[in-house]
Amino acid sequence: MARRETPEINAGSMADIAFLLLIFFLVTTTMNVDSGISKKLSEKPPADYVPPVIKEKNIFEVNINRNNELLVEGERMDVKQLKEAAVKFIDNGGGDGKLVDGVSTGPCDYCEGEKSIASSDHPNKAIISVQSDRGTDYGTYIIVQNELLSAYTELRNKLSQKRHGKSYTQLEKEYKDNKTNTKLKEEVEAIKSAYPQIISDAEPTSAN
Amino acid sequence: MSKFKKRKKGIPAVNTAALPDIVFMLLFFFMVTTTMRETSLQIEAPSLPSATEVKKLEHKSLVSTIYIGKAKDTKYGVGYNKIQLNDKIASADQVPAFIINARTKVAENEIPFMTTSIKADKQSSVGTIIDIRLKLRDVNALKVSYSTNTGSDIK
Repeated sequence: MARRETPEINAGSMADIAFLLLIFFLVTTTMNVDSGISKKLSEKPPADYVPPVIKEKNIFEVNINRNNELLVEGERMDVKQLKEAAVKFIDNGGGDGKLVDGVSTGPCDYCEGEKSIASSDHPNKAIISVQSDRGTDYGTYIIVQNELLSAYTELRNKLSQKRHGKSYTQLEKEYKDNKTNTKLKEEVEAIKSAYPQIISDAEPTSAN
Repeated sequence: MSKFKKRKKGIPAVNTAALPDIVFMLLFFFMVTTTMRETSLQIEAPSLPSATEVKKLEHKSLVSTIYIGKAKDTKYGVGYNKIQLNDKIASADQVPAFIINARTKVAENEIPFMTTSIKADKQSSVGTIIDIRLKLRDVNALKVSYSTNTGSDIK
């Protein structure tokens, strides 16, 4: 039998099909990656829980009123100055650190603050307490949280630069790319615990 | 002169043989980058606040999203404090049920890694957020991400 040429498949409508699919995906696509400020909530305290007594000087109090104005440590402050004030408070290092397994971590040897006795003892004791009104704008609340977090980032970067010659952000990224590297892990953990983020949300002042 | 006459004999058609290739290339690009919208918004798309200290949310399947903003339908009232869970406008009391329902969809060992993403409008009030946060704490959903744009809001 003589072989016959198979007729060529008509590909003229291929473009139409592809266009149809393309338009479908164009419409349903969302390119944005969800990103945000991540926080870990504290666990629900048991009913008979007595909060520990914390020295006044170890608490950095930030109040936001319903008109989105800031009161920091009893003084009115602009958002722009908040970061600087927070850095000063965390990095003060005026006393001994908290007890870890019954042993004091001693004075902060990496702090570059004023070592004032009126401010925080040690970064691992320094607590930032944010109290907002129920009527405060969410936008303002996020700005404040962001400023406080960036204060911690600045301190961590500075310490990492001093210890390893690169910023903490970079160090963390390197660790993320290479999770099995135990040395990197230790370095990241050490800096993390040198400046632990202790930001607590106080009960809001009530308003309607 | 006859030479010129010959040239006038019609312009050759544009070759469109490569068109499907181009379109397919675009198609594959969008297919790869696409994520399907899971819920339709019952509130106006919230204008998120901006922040610089942001972390990307990984593992989309472990993220449940709560929207807060102004309801599109005025029958729910005005104001920027309406909460949307799944496809419905709800109240803060329904948050635990929403979280528990979301938990049934993931493996048990992954439950501690579940994150709740709060997409709230700038003009929402903190009170609403706090109500939700208390409810989340009740059901032990402790990882929260306040969804923001990247950038700075400080003028």
